[in-house]
Amino acid sequence: MSLLDVQNLTLEFKTDEGLVTAVDDVSFTLEKGEVMGLVGESGSGKSVTAKALMKLNAQNAAYGPDSRIDLQLGDGSTVDVMSLNRPKDLQVVRGGAVSMIFQEPMASFAPALPIGKQMVEQLLIHADLSKAAAKALSIEMLDRVGISDAATRFNQYAFEMSGGMRQRAMIAMALSTKPQLLIADEPTTALDVTIQAQVIDLMKELVTEFGMGIIFITHDLGVVAQTADKVAVMYLGRMVEQGPVRDVIRNPQHPYTRGLIDALPKLDDLDAPLVPVPGDIPSPLERPSGCVFHTRCSQSLGQMCQTSVPEWSHRNADHKCACHLVLDGAGQ
Amino acid sequence: MTNRPLISARNLSVSFSVGDSIFKRQSLKAVDGVTLDIPKGSFFGVVGESGSGKTTLGRAFLNAVPIAGGSATYDDGTVEYALDKMSASDLKSYRRLAQLIFQDPYAALSPRMTVRDIIAEPLEVMGITKTREETDQRVREIAARCRLNLEHLRRFPHAFSGGQRQRISIARALACGPQFVVADESVAALDVSIQADILNLLKSLQRDLGLTFMFISHDLSVVAHTCDHVAVMYLGRIVESAPTRDLFQAPRHPYTRALFSAIPSLDPDDRGTVQKLQGEIPSPTNQPSGCKFHTRCPHADDLCRREEPALESDGSAHQVMCHHWKALMAEA
Repeated sequence: MSLLDVQNLTLEFKTDEGLVTAVDDVSFTLEKGEVMGLVGESGSGKSVTAKALMKLNAQNAAYGPDSRIDLQLGDGSTVDVMSLNRPKDLQVVRGGAVSMIFQEPMASFAPALPIGKQMVEQLLIHADLSKAAAKALSIEMLDRVGISDAATRFNQYAFEMSGGMRQRAMIAMALSTKPQLLIADEPTTALDVTIQAQVIDLMKELVTEFGMGIIFITHDLGVVAQTADKVAVMYLGRMVEQGPVRDVIRNPQHPYTRGLIDALPKLDDLDAPLVPVPGDIPSPLERPSGCVFHTRCSQSLGQMCQTSVPEWSHRNADHKCACHLVLDGAGQ
Repeated sequence: MTNRPLISARNLSVSFSVGDSIFKRQSLKAVDGVTLDIPKGSFFGVVGESGSGKTTLGRAFLNAVPIAGGSATYDDGTVEYALDKMSASDLKSYRRLAQLIFQDPYAALSPRMTVRDIIAEPLEVMGITKTREETDQRVREIAARCRLNLEHLRRFPHAFSGGQRQRISIARALACGPQFVVADESVAALDVSIQADILNLLKSLQRDLGLTFMFISHDLSVVAHTCDHVAVMYLGRIVESAPTRDLFQAPRHPYTRALFSAIPSLDPDDRGTVQKLQGEIPSPTNQPSGCKFHTRCPHADDLCRREEPALESDGSAHQVMCHHWKALMAEA
């Protein structure tokens, strides 16, 4: 039994302009101690998918009837997140079995409360601890993520810390409840490269130590290459490629994944031209028929890509891709 | 490209006064003794972490912050301005020659103006065009250069994606026909797939219109692919400055090397081999003695803690501010 098993997740938002499909028939699994990189442009549905794991999307979200999210809890039992509805029931998932780190650490801490108070508050809700024990644990966690003089920092406010330190405190807070699954939504995007390297190192160390599963959302394939065990690439709410990190980065099958890799400026060849993925991601209100990527694909087969949704074809047991161009077993 | 400098700075400093009350005022030197030449027609890159003073330096060249010491001049062959002592009328004409492209295309465009009005505003404010027909003509010209459709001109910014919005910002900056453009982190907020497209657009505009760009970025790989010359900043100083190819082939300053090694590699097997930089950039109100980088430098010794090195070169255009660069280069 996997730590997380997501099957046929579909999510639509009811808006004034009509139904917007944000996630379309997404399936994946995650094991304990495994890091999955979730990659795609803005608007591809990465964050919505991650938030769906805690049913944290806005009130106007409607989940598809076949959607299933099975999550293993700390005590070994399994819960279907889709069946939970009341906020009280959802607490076993939100902040309990699942913690989340957001992109902008300044926006995710309350500005008018010391960070220590916020750390203790969530521990009192989710862990069976006394106030003093919660405080001791929080200080220990701050120390653990490399914040020096943790006892003083415990009483400080978010604005008194630098960006890198705030993100460390966020990680300490997310891990203090000992979650089974950690969702990190672009945790290093707002940081400088030197600080990003420190935070990535820290997260790798903590996975080894705590053994939880991580979903790492990012648009930077370099970060994925350095952190993830496997990669899932999303485009307009659909998953278009999935596989072990080495396979996906060295042998990208989907034209979109190849486009993302080609668009990265490479340091080993300064003369190589930068190749953008042509065009812009279409509005989710005007989702293309057939393969959602056909409007920007340079290798579109015409009729076939415009009308029929591609099935998964497997390059090998773990590496699969949803594209008409790629035939089953092509890699063998 | 000629070697004649369009912008030159000599010992330029910019400081801000900060503090809780008028009795505890402290001076914060954001830019400290910078000497540099930006050749006419070049794509000049400035890199550094947050807090290194790169944005302030750009603003100083646009005369958007008061210059506290040293001098800076603009000389395009026909007109010449001393940026440190400008009259109000000089400043008005200088605004036509020097423009800024902002980082965040979502915040930089008024949501209540159509794209046509956004691009036309500088033309009307500066009195460049006399009639509405003339303005429309000019807006259409510049929009076409920035690859916007006529159809787009009637819409409001909310209808556009990040990449399209950035093209609108670029069109607005170029509408008044400037010679010198400061692009401050202009691709940082964009997806990699779109980033390449905007970089290619900036390059082609620079070639076609003979512009001089100062390109501010924290992303070394982006700078490597677009700029002719790169200056690396740390705590308000330029610590290394060289033609792009020289800098990337043989970085001399330990800080530049650390920045390089912090870029996440696309090769998943390259994990854990990088040289990590410890700690964070010190506060500019409380600067270290001697070489400003010594608190984070793995090679620092007593000399570095005591004396600040000068920006020196070996006769080529490659300059570096480090006591030990020759010894370090010999080691490598």
